[in-house]
Amino acid sequence: MKQNRIGWLFLSPYLIHFAVFLAFPIVFSLVLLFHQWDVVSPLKFVGLQNFTKVFQDKLFFKALFNTFYFLIIHIPLQIIVALLLAVILNRKIKFRGFFRAVYFLPVVVSGVVITMLWNQLYNLNSGLLNQLIQSIGLPRVAWLTSPKLAMPSIAIMATWKNVGLYVVLFLVGLQSVPKSMYEAADIEGASEWQKFRKITLPMINSTFFMVVILSTISGFSLFIEPYIMTGGGPMNSTLSAVLYIYKQAFNFYHMGYAATLGFVFAIILFTVVLIQRKVLERDVGY
Amino acid sequence: MTKRLLLYSALIIFAVFFFYPFLWMVVTTFRPEADIGALSILPARVTLENYIAVFRKIPILRAFFNSLLVSVSVTAGVLAFCSMAGYALSRLKFRGRNAIFFLILFTMMLPFQITLIPQYLLMVKFHWVNTYLALIIPFTMSAFGIILFRQHFLTIPQDLIDAARIDGCSEMHILFRILWPLSVPTLVTVGILTFMTIWNDVLWPIIVIRNQDLMTMPQLVTLFAVGGRAEGLLGLKLASATLLALPIVVAYSFFQRYFIESMATSGLKS
Repeated sequence: MKQNRIGWLFLSPYLIHFAVFLAFPIVFSLVLLFHQWDVVSPLKFVGLQNFTKVFQDKLFFKALFNTFYFLIIHIPLQIIVALLLAVILNRKIKFRGFFRAVYFLPVVVSGVVITMLWNQLYNLNSGLLNQLIQSIGLPRVAWLTSPKLAMPSIAIMATWKNVGLYVVLFLVGLQSVPKSMYEAADIEGASEWQKFRKITLPMINSTFFMVVILSTISGFSLFIEPYIMTGGGPMNSTLSAVLYIYKQAFNFYHMGYAATLGFVFAIILFTVVLIQRKVLERDVGY
Repeated sequence: MTKRLLLYSALIIFAVFFFYPFLWMVVTTFRPEADIGALSILPARVTLENYIAVFRKIPILRAFFNSLLVSVSVTAGVLAFCSMAGYALSRLKFRGRNAIFFLILFTMMLPFQITLIPQYLLMVKFHWVNTYLALIIPFTMSAFGIILFRQHFLTIPQDLIDAARIDGCSEMHILFRILWPLSVPTLVTVGILTFMTIWNDVLWPIIVIRNQDLMTMPQLVTLFAVGGRAEGLLGLKLASATLLALPIVVAYSFFQRYFIESMATSGLKS
């Protein structure tokens, strides 16, 4: 009896927080989906107009395309580099802790710093990357000023920032693979590649899944990188989902429409994660 | 032998690839504007003028204080409230406990894109825009933190809690005086994760704070970089970025093991 009362008492901060900062906003966002609102004047009911507008909105599809373009480069690159470094670090390596700490440094540093730094590295004329490229006699690259390259450039930077985290996650996964499996494979005379393909990869499938999901979520959350580097340009080629929601809400004060965009993007993110889950689970199922 | 050489070369090349840009950034901030852009990290002339200009143009010390106040308050709130909820969900028996647990698991899956706009409107209604409250109160609870505390408290022997109850300790006393000292790793993990998330967040401050004196450090530096006030001077921008990176890098260099381990657990979220 006493525990009943104390239990709810201990949960009360959570319950109050949940009611005010989660339940209410969610209910309110459901209301907003069917209204037009600029914060100042009263809510105006518009039925399904916000939704029909989303599906006719070229910029919405552009932002969606940009997000997938980002993910298609970011996820494979992230996995290849992280897995490569993790496999090397998982061997008998001196200074393993040192290397791990260096690779992890960009993970802890604010995305604002990373973006400002890479903004300079990518600079067309004075950027470090173009200086390097020109010093070996190749033409300079329009990293951020070409609509085709701007998003891949941001994806490369995001990989550079996050890959240390995934190195650590893969290392944890690799260390859970029983040594005896490799010893058995050695007796059978398996090559390094066969061991990697037949033992390591299947055994770290759950880490794999985690990396894909976390990268997908970060792609749908992309904001500060295009906000600082390109403002969404050139020609909206780096307009991300969150940046577009932000612009609709705080540049144009279309609160109802911005809430609808958020809702639709969240549904898409959810669907993508579910599909990834299905595909990756089927892969393990042999 | 050649194989080992190859492995170490790969590791070193990647280490340079991750570290050199930071080194270059710091060196660049000590260069006069005319020398910026050079590839090398050996400055020909050294100057402090970039830093002096940053301190003159933006209230960066004030922003550092704001960030510290906000991050410490949020972290303290999260540790207290999440450990209370985690304790209730693991060591107190009451009706509705499982329902609440599933509710918490469910809320972890909600993407922030759904709640961003209505939460901002809530801040407008509460008249919290341009106050510390908007930066602190909405974040003093974390579903992931509750789960971590719950998992940890489940590993503590029931005998210990029973003995404390027989001695007449209140549940508050049991949680904060007996269980907390036994939960240092979990406190550190939840603490670092919360602190880092809040310290590095920019989107929310940009939305709810417009008064320059209340801005957090990443927000102030962002607006300095994209607004016109740095006058396109790269040395100034990078000096402000270096100041923004400094507190976390110093903390990281002392406690890197804890940072890495804490952030690796955040991977378990999915």
